[in-house]
Amino acid sequence: MNDLFNSFMTGPDEKGRFGQFGGRFVSETLMPLILELEAQYERAKTDPEFWAEMDYLWKHYVGRPSPLYFAERLTEELGGAKVYFKRDELNHTGAHKINNVLGQIILARRMGKTRIIAETGAGQHGVATATVCAKFGLKCVVYMGAHDVERQKPNVFRMRLLGADVIPVTSGRGTLKDAMNDALRDWVTNVNETFYCIGTVAGPHPYPAMVRDFQSIIGKETREQIMEAEGRLPDTLVAAIGGGSNAMGLFYPFLDDASVNIIGVEAGGKGVDEKMEHCASLTGGRPGVLHGNRTYLLQDEDGQILEGHSISAGLDYPGIGPEHSWLHETGRAKYVSITDKEALGAFELSCRTEGIIPALEPCHALAHVAKIAPTLPKDHLLVMNMCGRGDKDIFTVARHLGVNIAGSEGRDLG
Amino acid sequence: MTRIDAKFAALKEQNKKGFVAYIMGGDPDYDKSLAVMKALPAAGVDVIELGVPFTDPMADGPTIQLAGQRALAGGMTLEKTLQMARDFRKDDATTPIVLMGYYNPIYNRGVDKFLDDAVEAGIDGLIIVDLPPEEDEELCIPAQAKGINFIRLATPTTDDKRLPKVLQNTSGFVYYVSITGITGAAEANAATVAPEVARIKSQTDLPIIVGFGVKSPETAKSIAGIADGTVVGSAIVNQIAEGKSVEDIAAFVKSLADGAHAA
Repeated sequence: MNDLFNSFMTGPDEKGRFGQFGGRFVSETLMPLILELEAQYERAKTDPEFWAEMDYLWKHYVGRPSPLYFAERLTEELGGAKVYFKRDELNHTGAHKINNVLGQIILARRMGKTRIIAETGAGQHGVATATVCAKFGLKCVVYMGAHDVERQKPNVFRMRLLGADVIPVTSGRGTLKDAMNDALRDWVTNVNETFYCIGTVAGPHPYPAMVRDFQSIIGKETREQIMEAEGRLPDTLVAAIGGGSNAMGLFYPFLDDASVNIIGVEAGGKGVDEKMEHCASLTGGRPGVLHGNRTYLLQDEDGQILEGHSISAGLDYPGIGPEHSWLHETGRAKYVSITDKEALGAFELSCRTEGIIPALEPCHALAHVAKIAPTLPKDHLLVMNMCGRGDKDIFTVARHLGVNIAGSEGRDLG
Repeated sequence: MTRIDAKFAALKEQNKKGFVAYIMGGDPDYDKSLAVMKALPAAGVDVIELGVPFTDPMADGPTIQLAGQRALAGGMTLEKTLQMARDFRKDDATTPIVLMGYYNPIYNRGVDKFLDDAVEAGIDGLIIVDLPPEEDEELCIPAQAKGINFIRLATPTTDDKRLPKVLQNTSGFVYYVSITGITGAAEANAATVAPEVARIKSQTDLPIIVGFGVKSPETAKSIAGIADGTVVGSAIVNQIAEGKSVEDIAAFVKSLADGAHAA
């Protein structure tokens, strides 16, 4: 599988396609901008100075490498595969998002851009973007669905503390996809000074490839760390998927290792059925074109985009990165879904057995691990990406557990 | 020769500028929208742009976004937008109709099926915002093969190096976007647009129609004066949003058309 003709690692092609997925479906106003971005990224990618700056900040600002941790008590409890967590929740700002933001903002600085815009769902990408903008003294504007502004107040407060202008999005239905629409509308209006920092492996080419490349630090480290710990590659990789950036980052360096099983876990919400109260684009959607790329989407018969549902605001997106759509269709990776309820169970499992309060996003991955680990032999090496910490989610979890930890007005703190 | 080509040839012969009006199909409901559409030619509209509603209109400002939401809430679909064109064609065989929207509903229907249906419904041209020349094989080339014009947007960010690529597979007319931004935004300025139109003119014989930010008869006149015509969308859609009668909307459209034709 390692020969040049069968590699899964050569995408995208010059049109930004992974098979039929990806592409550059944007308005003419933006087209010259994304071509310029592509050229600048291609230049940066082969510039040792660019990577030297990244490596320095990954190490000293983000706190990389993140540990690869043997989850011993969890492994014992599940009674099967040996489970490792890639601890990306220990990064500065508490999630994998900053790996990518750092790359894009260093690139933006090289391009002379002074104003950064971003979309955010759960707020993790917004917080990471606001953080790095503060560090470099750049103006930062974050678009966030009005509904998410309500349910993620601590992150809204963080972003504002960091100097970002958080704009609640009420267009459409005021969700993550609408936040992305408004960010694109901002970009199309402010073309000269503005850099759009996309938070996941979606959007027009070169974003899916660029974000993947920045997030691939996760998989590269994992590879070295598992070799050091076990002397061989893992047997299975598991990661949660909204847009799919933490998963792509973990998976990518292993795509050509045929012995490694790769599993992406989508948010099954209240169940993947005809009611469509989920965000499982691959298991419950079909190919379409949105936000600059062709990929699997939740849509109705007329091609109108549907709102997803997930307990996790970070997975609440009706699409998925195009490379995942391609890995799905080629069969190289397998995609499953986990319901809200199963994710909440995994939340408690992680707290109880490992003393790690996980974000609701990786709880989806963990819930799948808990399903499969008991069926696997004890020498089976399973690596799961613990892509975010759960501080931001304790209010949501408390609500679902029927515990009142809210402030004096009976609302979320912050 | 499509109805669009014929219309602009006729306008040229009369030494007249063109006036293009946009309405969202099915806004606020099918019947009213069809009634407005039918009133447009008599109000002086040379080409009708019929919007296809989409949940995620990323190049549109609030006016067109809300129009799309009203239409979708009323059950409007791509199929029903085509039906509007069919109903319109029962009484009008000559006014060109350009469908304007986003790619996903078309992709979802299947490009070949959509194009056959569009030809049969009397559609003359397409403006699909999220299909730049880089994606010409998706719809542009198949559409031209079936005799439907594919009208491209050129924008202030389309530089000289890129312009030939934008013009290459464009037909019918070139839609010059007067500003960087979304529909219904800042007022277009004839003085800044004029050199841009001249720049495009030097590379094509197609008519250049200028849109985005044209809201009044005065602007319609000044913008049409430096191009081959102008487009008004949001200002007309606003009248529909305000619940104006078909007669009042037609009177407003006529004032815009008169402005453009006076140029």
